[in-house]
Amino acid sequence: MGTGITININSKIFVRNYKIKQTHAAIRELNLNISRGEFCAIIGPSGCGKTTLLNLIAGLDKDLQGKISFDGNKKLENIRTAYMFQTPRLLPWLNVLENVEIILSKDQRLKNRAKEILSIMGLEKFLYFYPSQLSGGMQRRVALARSYSSQPELFLLDEPFVSLDAKMANKLRDMLTSLWTKEPTTIVFVTHDLREAIYLSDRIVFLSKAPSKVILDKKVNIKRPRKLEDKKIESLRNDILKITQDIFEGEDENA
Amino acid sequence: MINKLLKSKNYLSLIKFFSLIILFFLWETLSVISDQTSFPSLLNVGKTLLIEVSDGELLFHLGMTLYRVFVSFIIAMVVGIFIGILMGNYNSFDSFFDGWNILFLNIPALVLIILSYIWFGLTEIAAIIAVSLNKIPNVIVTIREGAKSVDRTLLQVAFIYKVSKVKKFFVFYLPQLYPYIIAAARGGIALIWKIVLVVELLGRSNGVGFKIHEFFQFFDIKSILAYTIAFVIVMIALEIFFFKPLDNYARKWRT
Repeated sequence: MGTGITININSKIFVRNYKIKQTHAAIRELNLNISRGEFCAIIGPSGCGKTTLLNLIAGLDKDLQGKISFDGNKKLENIRTAYMFQTPRLLPWLNVLENVEIILSKDQRLKNRAKEILSIMGLEKFLYFYPSQLSGGMQRRVALARSYSSQPELFLLDEPFVSLDAKMANKLRDMLTSLWTKEPTTIVFVTHDLREAIYLSDRIVFLSKAPSKVILDKKVNIKRPRKLEDKKIESLRNDILKITQDIFEGEDENA
Repeated sequence: MINKLLKSKNYLSLIKFFSLIILFFLWETLSVISDQTSFPSLLNVGKTLLIEVSDGELLFHLGMTLYRVFVSFIIAMVVGIFIGILMGNYNSFDSFFDGWNILFLNIPALVLIILSYIWFGLTEIAAIIAVSLNKIPNVIVTIREGAKSVDRTLLQVAFIYKVSKVKKFFVFYLPQLYPYIIAAARGGIALIWKIVLVVELLGRSNGVGFKIHEFFQFFDIKSILAYTIAFVIVMIALEIFFFKPLDNYARKWRT
């Protein structure tokens, strides 16, 4: 279950202005192996190219120097993928239920998977509402329901729990872990929140400022199920903060 | 508050109603102080209308005209939407057809009609080609605008979840164009029926345009007005019973 990812990016360069040939190197020499079924969190200062990395993995952006491969030589078209974007990206002309079902297979639809996941997320009363009738937080939940219900082998999430209240965010975190335990899938999870990363993942990859590369690759060896208040999480967090002080200092300089 | 709003809404429709009444009386005054042949009383026009309707003459010609409006409308919309989408999506298409389109936009309707009759003879096909050619450039301009403003991030969602091409087009892409399609259709029908009358006047032996030409030769203003009123009623009915509901359906998700 899940798919392994081998990332070897020599460089990813954006052209900002063709006329004066102004370019911006988002990524340089980034090499990373993510194994099957791994829950991998990615942390880095803002603007360091985390979203760019996800877009490259997802195949939305194919313009790179380097190679990203899956399970040796599997084609991306044959891998069930889900991507929780930073914005909900719901179709405004479909209601909540339709928005989730539109991406499901016939089989998944027959099993009422969409309804099931939407009601776990507390949206059962809003199945026939249009996105414009929902709050921003609810729209995020619908987008999450869409990605959760697709049973992906490769699951990319871009800061999925920001702008949700703490209680709902925790519930959705636990839901993600339980889905991942039940149907192991490879997860690449971009976040700003170190505590969240430790709580959820097997491994945390720290990226440098742009052009980004891996500056620290840390395994999280805390037994599951974990508790958010667990002392081990706090102590690991402090350890990491000590090592990575320079990254966060770097970010402060920019801020 | 709501009461006040309702009152002001009623007030506005009262104004609309009275303005029509005033128009009616202005005409009637004109008809009394000048001669009845040039400015026939609307009551007499109404009588003529009833007679023409009851002997089936008017309905036949109205039917022929509506048939031409309908066929050229469908052709103009289908061709215009097709080319408009291509031009909105592919810059090379846009550059290629742009010059043609500007040229056609600026050729007077009358020139296209006459050339069409000369090249294809005084036939039904020539008439319909002439009308469609007059409308297609307008449809293209509107649809191209829509196609250029399509939200690509929603199409990325379809890409990620491997939605089939057909579904991607009809569920993710086309609904984004609905407002533009409806705008093009509305403007289209208004333009087309006016051109159809000219086409009929110049080279057909039935239809409202043909009849108006005939009445013109007898200076039968009463009948000209009777036909005009009949036609305007049909077009207004089309707006109320077809375009309005269609529009409401297309934007039901907007709140």
